[in-house]
Amino acid sequence: MIKGRAWKYGDDVNTDVIFPGRYTYSRMEPAEIAKHALEDLDPRFAKEVKPGDVIVAGRNFGCGSSREQAATCLVAAGVGAVIAVSFARIFFRNAINNGLLVLEIPEAVAAIQYGDEVELDPEAGTLRHKGREYRFPPLPPIVLEILRDGGLIPHLRKKLAEEG
Amino acid sequence: MGMTLVEAIIARHAGRTVAAGEFVEVPVDFVLANDITAPLAIRAFRELGVERVFDPERVALVPDHFTPNKDVRSAEQCRVTREFAREQGIHYFEVGHGGIEHVLLPERGLVLPGEIVVGGDSHTCTYGALGAFATGMGSTDVGYSMATGKTWVRVPKTIRVELRGLLSRWVMGKDVVLHLIEKVGTSGANWCAFEFGGEIGSLPLDDRFTVANMAVEAGATAGLFPPDEEVLAYLEDRAARPFTPLYPDPDASYAEVIEVDLGNLRPLVARPHSPANVVPVDELDEVPIDQVVIGSCTNGRWRDLLMAAEVLRGRRVHPEVRCVVIPGTQGLHLRAVREGLAEVFLTAGAVLSPPTCGPCLGGHMGVLAAGESCVSTTNRNFRGRMGHPESKVYLANPAVAAASAVLGRIASPEELFGEGRG
Repeated sequence: MIKGRAWKYGDDVNTDVIFPGRYTYSRMEPAEIAKHALEDLDPRFAKEVKPGDVIVAGRNFGCGSSREQAATCLVAAGVGAVIAVSFARIFFRNAINNGLLVLEIPEAVAAIQYGDEVELDPEAGTLRHKGREYRFPPLPPIVLEILRDGGLIPHLRKKLAEEG
Repeated sequence: MGMTLVEAIIARHAGRTVAAGEFVEVPVDFVLANDITAPLAIRAFRELGVERVFDPERVALVPDHFTPNKDVRSAEQCRVTREFAREQGIHYFEVGHGGIEHVLLPERGLVLPGEIVVGGDSHTCTYGALGAFATGMGSTDVGYSMATGKTWVRVPKTIRVELRGLLSRWVMGKDVVLHLIEKVGTSGANWCAFEFGGEIGSLPLDDRFTVANMAVEAGATAGLFPPDEEVLAYLEDRAARPFTPLYPDPDASYAEVIEVDLGNLRPLVARPHSPANVVPVDELDEVPIDQVVIGSCTNGRWRDLLMAAEVLRGRRVHPEVRCVVIPGTQGLHLRAVREGLAEVFLTAGAVLSPPTCGPCLGGHMGVLAAGESCVSTTNRNFRGRMGHPESKVYLANPAVAAASAVLGRIASPEELFGEGRG
């Protein structure tokens, strides 16, 4: 269960504003990269985000660069999930590979405002907001398993250990 | 039913027929990463507990983003990358021997028609110009592919783009792809591949690289051209290994067909802060500029340099403009010196930079201050892309960029050459 405040943004939130190119070579550790999350879009975000908060955005979230920090900076900042109308392909892969829950729920995006309380149950496929429940198709079992294990690499390591 | 080009390539690798939307595990022919994405891919590779890459001949690490190193931390990133390359015996292109990955690897014949290429860089789709299925991925995916020689893909739907006619004098591949991005939007081709067809011979190969390169700006997984005689001739003396060119079936089924009349295109500009915010140069209100960048994985090839030089020959860069010209590889830089282009640029008052991605992502070698504007031949004009969040980037082809450098405002070369449209 994920519970937190919504940080609401528009369409085409790109990787440059999620994690600026100028930091891609010099900030490597989670605590460092978390400090620059969404820096060029919403300078308040990195200072005020709390674990479990969710990002809510429009179409094509994460478009642009393949830089994985665009996903890992949000994980490091404690973001519980990103809910959008749609995601750019590379970001979508990077998010799941790093254990970041990404969901396409257009009706919920339309209703949720900046600062609203949101409650999410990814296993059940439900989102609660202002007394209303939105249902979304549960994620495929493999994706849920990767997310539960904390990303693709921990997931593969676990599988290798089980086999070996 | 027949297959599109991307379906044909994936099917050949999967060893069975495939359909758009399916998830398929495939062997990869080549894996690459750069000085930003390699260190994280190496970390993922190590965490998997694997000792050796799947095939050292089929992995390349290209230091190009923050090279020549701008400071200690970028030098450390390159050291990690270089040491791993030495340990594994894989391709590594040191400063002075390489260049920008997506200009360099085709030049070296390392990415080939009919192949599947995955790269830790969103512009990996550039190699679609050669008829490869090439796509960008994050470092974790790249680390996994370096270790196993495999990846998983969702077979993209195919959007067919039919090209007709001939380009006008100052219109280039950049204008073709900006027009396409404007038409479909920045997410219009998400989980899709563009397949170009029709009169592709109207686009010189260098222009096709530009078009394939920016397919990702429309959200596309890839942008592919069937490899024609120009491609096969280009690869004749450089292909690093045998390859099998593949082509779409005549009865392939497409999600959508878009027609582009090349003869109707005019020089275009994408205004801040989206590559889809496109307008013909001559319909733009006067925009004074501070900087011009000519180069990058999008427009750092020979024809790009030639077109810029044609505009700058015998002219001067406007006194209030900084013009940075960046040949994409060491080889192109040398050729620019040998064939007199370097002299044209330097005499005009441009600076000639070693190959680097530097300014495109606000890294170094031409970063913008608050309030500054730049005409750039690069691929993205997102807010803050080239420096301060309050700076502005206008995307254009190299001839437009060069004309703008001379006039100090965004302008078409037609103004300098006394031509009307056409």
